[in-house]
Amino acid sequence: MITLTHYLVVSALVFGLGLYAALSRRNAVAMLMGIELMLNAANINLVAFNKYGAPGAMQGQIFALIVITLAACEAAVGLALILAAYRRFETTYVDDLNLMRW
Amino acid sequence: MTSVVWIIPLLPLAAFAAVTFWGARLPGRGAYVSIAAIVLAAIGGLAVLAQVTGGARADLTYTWVAAGGRPIVVGFIVDPLSAVMLAMVGCVASLITIYSVGYMAGDPHYPRFFAYLSLFQFSMLFLVLADNLLFIYAGWELVGLCSYLLIGFWFDRPAAARAALKAFIVTRVGDFSMMIGILMLYLRTGSLRFDDVFHALGTGALGGTFLTVAALLVFGGAVGKSAQVPLHVWLPDAMEGPTPVSALIHAATMVAAGVYLVARAYPLFLLSPDHEALTIVAWVGGITALLAATLAIVEDDLKRVLAYSTMSQLGYMMLGLGVLGYSAGMFHLLTHAVFKALLFLAAGSIIHAVATNDMKRMGGLARAMPITFWTFVAATLALTGIPPFAGFFSKDAILLAAYAHDRVLWVLGLAGAFLTSLYMGRLCWYAFAGDFRGGAVPGAAHGDGAAHRAAGPHESPAVMTVPLVILAVLAVGLGWIGAAAFGDPFGRLIRFAGLEAPAGNGGALALSVAAAAAGWAAAGALYRWRIVAPETLRRDLGALYTLLVRKYYVDDVYDWVFVRAGAGAVWIAGAIDRYVIDGLVNAAGWLAARLGLGLRYAQSGREETYLLLAALGVVVIVLARLAW
Amino acid sequence: MTGEAIAFYVLAAITLAAGAVVATSPNLMHSAVALIPALLGVTGLYVLLNAEFVAGIQVLIYAGGITVLILFVIMLTEGGTGLRIRQRNEQAAIAAAVAAATVALLIAVAGRTPWAHEPGALPSYTPGAIGQSFLGPNLPLFEGTSVVLLVALVGALLIARKETGE
Repeated sequence: MITLTHYLVVSALVFGLGLYAALSRRNAVAMLMGIELMLNAANINLVAFNKYGAPGAMQGQIFALIVITLAACEAAVGLALILAAYRRFETTYVDDLNLMRW
Repeated sequence: MTSVVWIIPLLPLAAFAAVTFWGARLPGRGAYVSIAAIVLAAIGGLAVLAQVTGGARADLTYTWVAAGGRPIVVGFIVDPLSAVMLAMVGCVASLITIYSVGYMAGDPHYPRFFAYLSLFQFSMLFLVLADNLLFIYAGWELVGLCSYLLIGFWFDRPAAARAALKAFIVTRVGDFSMMIGILMLYLRTGSLRFDDVFHALGTGALGGTFLTVAALLVFGGAVGKSAQVPLHVWLPDAMEGPTPVSALIHAATMVAAGVYLVARAYPLFLLSPDHEALTIVAWVGGITALLAATLAIVEDDLKRVLAYSTMSQLGYMMLGLGVLGYSAGMFHLLTHAVFKALLFLAAGSIIHAVATNDMKRMGGLARAMPITFWTFVAATLALTGIPPFAGFFSKDAILLAAYAHDRVLWVLGLAGAFLTSLYMGRLCWYAFAGDFRGGAVPGAAHGDGAAHRAAGPHESPAVMTVPLVILAVLAVGLGWIGAAAFGDPFGRLIRFAGLEAPAGNGGALALSVAAAAAGWAAAGALYRWRIVAPETLRRDLGALYTLLVRKYYVDDVYDWVFVRAGAGAVWIAGAIDRYVIDGLVNAAGWLAARLGLGLRYAQSGREETYLLLAALGVVVIVLARLAW
Repeated sequence: MTGEAIAFYVLAAITLAAGAVVATSPNLMHSAVALIPALLGVTGLYVLLNAEFVAGIQVLIYAGGITVLILFVIMLTEGGTGLRIRQRNEQAAIAAAVAAATVALLIAVAGRTPWAHEPGALPSYTPGAIGQSFLGPNLPLFEGTSVVLLVALVGALLIARKETGE
């Protein structure tokens, strides 16, 4: 019997992988991929709660759809930024991009 | 007239405003406006006096602040006391203002002078008419301000500026005490009107030590304004002002305000337990009368002698009020106003002619300035209490009351009378007898009449001498309104219910006249016939002479205790401000700057670090929440 | 073990294994390509959760759109050169610890909370219900999202365009 907790555990693990990727990667694109993973983990939660936590309602799925849309936006803007930064600094490695400092 | 009495003080106020704003463009460069206003006020005052003598009384009240259960009711009162003061202030001030036209001629700040005079007159008339402590206090502060402005009229002279400041600050000490006293009365009675306060005395709501303390605090204001010991130090220095101002301040108006206040608030003093407050008033007055007279003997500055004389006479008034001689004190206030104004104006006339204040540089003026000389002598005789001049009647009324009340005070007064004759005799012989001794020190141009220095002394213009003559007539004749021989009309008008003047006493009368005559004789012996040379006396009594010249070291003590100690306290406060307060502020700034310098290294520009710290923060917060 | 459980475990394993590759692979291309099975595994989980429409959108946008976009960007930047340079920064160890702590906390919270264990009934045809909802009570949300999408795409164009004028 698969319960809500199973999905939550999977979601948490995916989130952890995404967080690790976002924190440990030097490459901005890889960090972005980690963020996508975290968003997916959140979506798993939303859809799972929609089924187990609030039966009969559709708000969880609707929220997941909105998150997917916004994730697309975020990916588009983020990748555009990375491209712009690459043109300017010839790198996508964020530890080389430290102009915003004292 | 009594129902529109409020117009009287408004006339000089309007003149003040007009002269301030339009000044030199008005007729007589503003002087005529001031004169018109004060003459009209004087006529109004006389009309009020006439009606009051006929029995008219009025109390115009107006609820100014309806503050709950304690509304502040203000108003003007018309009774014998205020009517007499009104007429006296109006008349004397009119003559002084007219005189000023001649005296101040050529001064570059001529309109400003008349504006100040008008403001001063307004303040004094306002104060006199007040039927409540609030108005009294307002008028009190206004005359204080005006005296500051007028004493420091020649503010480009450092001595004048200093004297103005001194007058203002010293009287402030008294004013503050008076304010506390007024507040005490208000808190206890819930009203500032004299009627209500006196009513509270009758019902017993006000009494005991509380009353004594409050009365003495109010008296503190009078001590400051009337230059009584120990707040007398400002008055001699105030002679730096123009001489008409000295006449106005030291004769008719400001200094009389203190005496008037005591008279106005008389029940407060009278009904304090065992007359305690009144006794203190009497002693302060008696001591001042004697001390000031001793100081006058060694003073060479003509105006300062008169200033000490004023202090002394004010002491007599206080003494008179203190020994239950209510009408005697007020009578002396009236006559003194006349003859002291005359003395100052005559002195101004002299200074105008010889351009110095130093009586030892005068001499022989009796021939050069006959009108000034005769009027001055009339005033001097009045001051020294020689019958039948005005001062005789009022001073002897006071001495009589003192004799009946307390012999020690009477002796003080008698000694004062002797000294008064002595120093006035000295003054007269120095100034008028002998030959002219040179006038102004060459090169030391003095503001007083410096523009009019001529080859030799000459009589002043008519605009100055006519007021002198009018005042001289009054100085000679005014005393009779208080003479028992004519039924004492003044005493019947100004009297305090329940206090009757003591019966005449031939012996005391004779003694006081004898004291005055002895003073004249001593002065003559010293300064006219030189039976004993003053220089010898000065050498033999060196210590006493030094003590007097240094004014009993009161100024020095004040300098050490208040000025230097004050400067020390200010220095300490400044140091605290500079090093502790500023130090704290600077330390806060310095700390913030150092913290910023240190913390800026956290701004590494590496977003992966920021992100890590954000995640770490989430973990920590959630952990803390779970653990808790 | 029911078919549902088998499917869940298989899908979860695919997702996590692919996610691990995404998070740790030293080769950026491998990471990007591994993102596809990871997202598809999530899609399978959506299907298991009766969210067919969400699953479809996931495939279209994530697997089909975003992943391709990421691959393009990698190609356009130096990632396409095939150089294997160091991909982990110096704080990777702390990052792993923080991530592990986060996971542990999430699992702990999920385990502690008393959830309703029985799955609830969903509408028989969820895409229809979603459509009704978006054109009904959630219309402002829908429109707002579309505006955000438009702004983001215009912004992305603006940021990424070649600055020729300078």
